[in-house]
Amino acid sequence: MDTSLVMYQEEFDRISAVLNRLRVDANAKIVFLVDKNGQQIAGAGEIDQVDTTSLASLTAGNVAATDGLAKLIGEKEFSILFHEGKKDNIHISIVGQRLILVVIFDERSSLGLVRLRVRKAAAEVEGVLTQMEAKAREVGSSGQESPFAEITDEDIDALFSE
Amino acid sequence: MSFINYAAREINVKIVYYGPGLCGKTTNLQYIYERSNPQQKGKLISLATETDRTLFFDFLPLDLGSVRGFKTRFHLYTVPGQIFYDASRKLILKGVDGVAFVADSQEARMDANVESLHNLVVNLRENGFELKNMPYVLQFNKRDLPTAVGVDEMYRKLNFKGEPSFEAIATEGMGVFETLKAVAKQVLYDLRRK
Repeated sequence: MDTSLVMYQEEFDRISAVLNRLRVDANAKIVFLVDKNGQQIAGAGEIDQVDTTSLASLTAGNVAATDGLAKLIGEKEFSILFHEGKKDNIHISIVGQRLILVVIFDERSSLGLVRLRVRKAAAEVEGVLTQMEAKAREVGSSGQESPFAEITDEDIDALFSE
Repeated sequence: MSFINYAAREINVKIVYYGPGLCGKTTNLQYIYERSNPQQKGKLISLATETDRTLFFDFLPLDLGSVRGFKTRFHLYTVPGQIFYDASRKLILKGVDGVAFVADSQEARMDANVESLHNLVVNLRENGFELKNMPYVLQFNKRDLPTAVGVDEMYRKLNFKGEPSFEAIATEGMGVFETLKAVAKQVLYDLRRK
C-alpha cells in the first residue's frame, strides 16, 4: 500500500511553477494535477472557471476505470487518455504511477503540441513527487509527530457541534 | 489514504458508503447534500443509469471546518450496490480512509447485506486494507418499513468488530448525520495515531 501523500510549501511551489510553464508552453486553458484517489494537488490557468473538486474526482474515476480496462486486456496501464470535444479537449496522463496530469485546451493549441510539452513537464513533476515521497519517509522514520498528533477529543467534537 | 497539504493547510480524506443494491447509500448522500450549508458543500455528482441506479459512484465534497488550523475536507463516495458492478466497487475503495456500511433492514435483504459485507472485506483486502483496522460504522437503514428485522438481530448478523451502529430512515434524514459524524470522527482519531 502506498503511503499517504504529504505536500509542503516547497514542493507545492515547484509543482505550481511546472504547471504554469506547461500551461504557457502548451497554449492550454487549464493545467491541473490530481492524485489517483481524486484529491486535487495544484492547478494553473483558468481554474476559477471550473469546479475543480468535481474535475479531480471525475478524472480519478475515469483513470481508475480505464486502468481496470487495461488490466482486463493484459496492459499495465493506458498512460494517456484524450477526450475530444467541439470546443475544448482534455488530455490526461499518468505521472509516476500515482498522479494524474490534466490539460484542457481549445483550438489555440493542438494535440501534438500538448503531448510534446506534457512529456517534459511530467518528468519534472515526477522528480518532485519522488522528493515528496522521500521526505514523507524521512519524516515518518524520524519519529516526528504529525500535526494531528495533538488533536484533542474537544477539537474533534467542536467540528460536529453545530 | 489521506492527503495532507501543508501549502493550502488542508487535509483531505475519503469516506465510502458501502452496502447492497437499493439499501440507501445514495439517499444518505442526497440528504447530507440537501441539509449542508452551501459554503460547506460542493456539487453532488451522481454517475447513474437512466433509472437512477448508481452506475459508477456518487461523490459529495464536504468541508467540516478547521482543526488546528487545517481545513478538513471530506470526500464522500458511494459504490454501486448491484452485484455485477464489483469491478467498479473495487476501484472506488482505492485510497479509502473510512467506510460506512448501509444495511437494508428488510427481512428479504438480510442475505444481500451479509453478502455485501463479505464483498467489502474482500475488496478492501485487494486494495491493501483490513476492515478490522479501518474506521468503520454500521447503519441499519429503512427502520420505518413494516418488514424491518429487529436491530439486535441485525447487529448479531452484521456486526464486524463492535463498530458503532445507527438506526436510520435515510429518506427522512434520521440517523444520516449521526452515521457520517461517527465515521468522520474515527477517521480523525486515526489520523492522530499515524
